[in-house]
Amino acid sequence: MSKRSTATKRPLTYQEVWGRIGIYAFLGVLALFFLLPLYVMLVTSFKSMDEIRLGLIFSLPQQFSIDAWIKAWTSACTGLECTGLQVGFGNSVKILVPSVIFSILLGAINGYALSFWKVKGANVLFACLLLGSFVPYQVFIYPLVRFYAQTGIYGSLPAIVITHIIFGMPVMTLLFRNYYSGLPVELFKAARIDGAGFWKIFISIILPMSVPIAIVAVIMQVTAIWNDFLLGLVFAGRENLPMTVQLNNIVNTTTGERAYNVNMAATVLTSLVPLTVYLVSGRWFVRGIASGAVKG
Amino acid sequence: MSSVSLQNLEISYGNVPIVKNLDLTIEDGEFLVLLGPSGCGKSTLLSAIGGLADVSGGRILFNDKDVTWTDPKDRGIGMVFQSYALYPTMSVERNLSFGLRIAGIDRAIIEKKVKWAADLLQITHLLDRKPSALSGGQRQRVAIGRALVRDADIFLFDEPLSNLDAKLRAELRLEIKKLHKTLKSTMIYVTHDQIEALTLADRIAVMKDGIIQQLDTPLNVYNKPANEFVGSFLGSPAMNKVEGKIVADGDRLVFVAGDFRLDVSRYPFAQKIESGRPAVLGLRPEHILPAKGEAQAIEGKVSLIEPMGSSILAWSTFDGISLSHLVGQDDGCEADSTFPVTIDIQKASFFDVGTGWRL
Repeated sequence: MSKRSTATKRPLTYQEVWGRIGIYAFLGVLALFFLLPLYVMLVTSFKSMDEIRLGLIFSLPQQFSIDAWIKAWTSACTGLECTGLQVGFGNSVKILVPSVIFSILLGAINGYALSFWKVKGANVLFACLLLGSFVPYQVFIYPLVRFYAQTGIYGSLPAIVITHIIFGMPVMTLLFRNYYSGLPVELFKAARIDGAGFWKIFISIILPMSVPIAIVAVIMQVTAIWNDFLLGLVFAGRENLPMTVQLNNIVNTTTGERAYNVNMAATVLTSLVPLTVYLVSGRWFVRGIASGAVKG
Repeated sequence: MSSVSLQNLEISYGNVPIVKNLDLTIEDGEFLVLLGPSGCGKSTLLSAIGGLADVSGGRILFNDKDVTWTDPKDRGIGMVFQSYALYPTMSVERNLSFGLRIAGIDRAIIEKKVKWAADLLQITHLLDRKPSALSGGQRQRVAIGRALVRDADIFLFDEPLSNLDAKLRAELRLEIKKLHKTLKSTMIYVTHDQIEALTLADRIAVMKDGIIQQLDTPLNVYNKPANEFVGSFLGSPAMNKVEGKIVADGDRLVFVAGDFRLDVSRYPFAQKIESGRPAVLGLRPEHILPAKGEAQAIEGKVSLIEPMGSSILAWSTFDGISLSHLVGQDDGCEADSTFPVTIDIQKASFFDVGTGWRL
């Protein structure tokens, strides 16, 4: 790693100062533009319906209220049931945890096998997997529905988890394979001479070295699976509909007046998990990607 | 301890042959160095001996037992790699004991062996550290230690010193030599560094394009290179090569290259030479000596000198032929002057022009 230069900076010329001001002004405007929807959502969610009817969408709430949030969480109606988003949140967690764990584990094992155990035709196999990640989802849906119907697990938690694992595998394999191919192969050879087999090498040596890339994988999978709508709708079944599907049901329920404040609160609640993941792990995300390029 | 015997060995990657028809026997307790330029197949050959590369033909025997298809861990080998290959997430102690722990050996015995190896390599104070907290030299000691604790009969070294700086390299080279003296194990050592080969080996196998060019003691490989390749690969500063022909002049044999003539009657030719035979003269710089008033001295015009500390490498022209030769610091050799030398023809080499083999 090279040290950052600590040399004193050359003073900027007059023109450069104006240039900088222009750049920062432009960036500031852009940031405001992208933050505006979030701002509107947040202020709206804290307003009462009476206030919303005034139509001043940019004004701050006159009476700060979290009723809309409570309603969105506990009693908003999704179709006939009025139990709020909490059910969907629970469902999403139930889908998320096993899907993330198993897709990453499988990706790591695949990547390890492909980069260290030179199987005959490994490259062809890998090419097929890669190709798989380019085929659009929708192509698979009908065959999968038929398959699950035949095996009798259609519309259940296992069905949606298995689906997420299948669709996550190409990218996870690619991610881990590329990371592992950057590790010195002598490490693997030394372990073989030491008498370690396929699983021993994986668990004792490779897996402990995979922390940076595993964090990247967790971030990718958590956001992808949490944000999924289509697969959840098709495969999870009525009992296990994920939060995204329930959010859609809440927002699209058309009985009487549209409760904008509840809709906004529900939307923010649903996006909270990926938002938190990004905020907490942004640093790790960059570090993980960088450490993939540098040898371990 | 074990002897190693390679019979008719062939190794290929896909359709590309790396090692062809190789026969080699390494005695029990011998230190054999495989020397050659990169891509000559020496590392592949070592991997095959270690069981890490599949062979496509022939057999590998350890102590007359066929191990061609035996798993690496069952061959009784320890291997040291150029990149150290220490397990980065484990402490030195756990790096050393990893193999023993897998084998399910008793904890007390593991501890004893680790301590013995660490003492031998003077790394006892490093046992709790992670590899990333060690210097290059220390890492390679740990890597050697990992081979030691396995009670290996055969040690395989794959360019173990190539990643170290010159001073450490010399230090560890000596250490490995001492280790061999202490353990008396069979050691096979791959390097492209001729100094390592010459200092460590009992015998050197010089390889090129997957074929052993010469297998002999360091002295013989250096003094009597079997062909032009071996002659120019070993030796620093490099061997001078002059193309010309050998002509009979009365009862004498003379090497002629343009205006350059050299009496070579005293050279021990391995075969009878007919007059007019083209040949390449290989002459090491240290075999062209400063003349001390001998009659057969020849005068050279010095064009350039390279001081090398203990001696000086001079580049001089003799009758149109440019040769490098070593002179002492006090011999008064200066650029753009003339300097008389004698050529020690008995230590020279002649090679066939077509095949490159020694005449």
